[in-house]
Amino acid sequence: MTTFSPELDARFRAAAGASGLLDAAFDVLPDTPLGDLLVGVTEHGVCRIHFDPDPERELEALARQFGPRVLRTAKPVERVKSQLDEYFAGKRRGFEIDWDVRGLPAYNQRVLSELARVEYGSTTTYGSLAALTGNPRAARAVGTVMNRNPIPIVLPCHRVVGANGKLTGYAGGLDRKELLLRLEGAIL
Amino acid sequence: MIPPFETFYDLHREEVLRYLNSRLGGERAEDAFQETFLRALRAYDRLEHAEHLRAWILTIASRIAIDDVRRRRPTDELAEDAIWHEDARPAFEELAPLTDGLPPKERAAVVLRYGYGLGYDEIGGALETSEAAARQAASAGVRRLRKEHA
Repeated sequence: MTTFSPELDARFRAAAGASGLLDAAFDVLPDTPLGDLLVGVTEHGVCRIHFDPDPERELEALARQFGPRVLRTAKPVERVKSQLDEYFAGKRRGFEIDWDVRGLPAYNQRVLSELARVEYGSTTTYGSLAALTGNPRAARAVGTVMNRNPIPIVLPCHRVVGANGKLTGYAGGLDRKELLLRLEGAIL
Repeated sequence: MIPPFETFYDLHREEVLRYLNSRLGGERAEDAFQETFLRALRAYDRLEHAEHLRAWILTIASRIAIDDVRRRRPTDELAEDAIWHEDARPAFEELAPLTDGLPPKERAAVVLRYGYGLGYDEIGGALETSEAAARQAASAGVRRLRKEHA
């Protein structure tokens, strides 16, 4: 019935990805140690990493934030993908990728920039991140920013733990947080 | 809200390819398919609402099919009836017989404007021309119709 070939589909997606017309490109990386990951990029850098990708809802969120021209296409995402592969293999400690958090509230952007400085293999607390961004009593607000972090792993919210050392919470589930901290050798 | 391009592409790609296959066939249809969706992608962020996206993409496809036929057979009259007109919407059905005699570009502009209520920027995107040229084509079409039906 249908004459639609995967080759034709791939050809269009590649051309669209190379056209410079997309507001955001995304791809799903299957079978990482954290499961399938949806990765989104814009011309400014990586803009989304999502666990348990529910593409439909995530695409609409991307379209609202960056513009409607959102398409799955592999090439623009390749650089992020290969750095994530190296990271999961224990061969990379930092990401050499710009990130795009346009459209987030200024406070979230400030907290996320501070978060980006927390180094591989170390942890910090919600309270100290709050202190670094101007209000030591805003630990709960920092927790909310972490919970809504659009680019986990690259912006390492898994390295933020409770003042008592407990892992506390993770939007992707505590199992994933623990796995990342073990991978980095921050916990045994 | 305008749906993400992925959703739009996924929804319409099979019908667009079927249409182009019926007009052009084979490799030419595949080239035209790619051109159709790239042209849509170029204009997509100028859309103001998500209505009539099917009419919009099929109109783009029909323009590209016409151009392709013309390039190969510049004197062929077949291009005249190649404009997409398989929609069953009443607005279109009423307009279709009225607009049969118009040149393809004017006809497309008139139908998209008065049959589907698209904005001139969207019509411009579909016909790969400017908003002003789309407005001009629609009003030239209407003038011609007035003359014919006077």
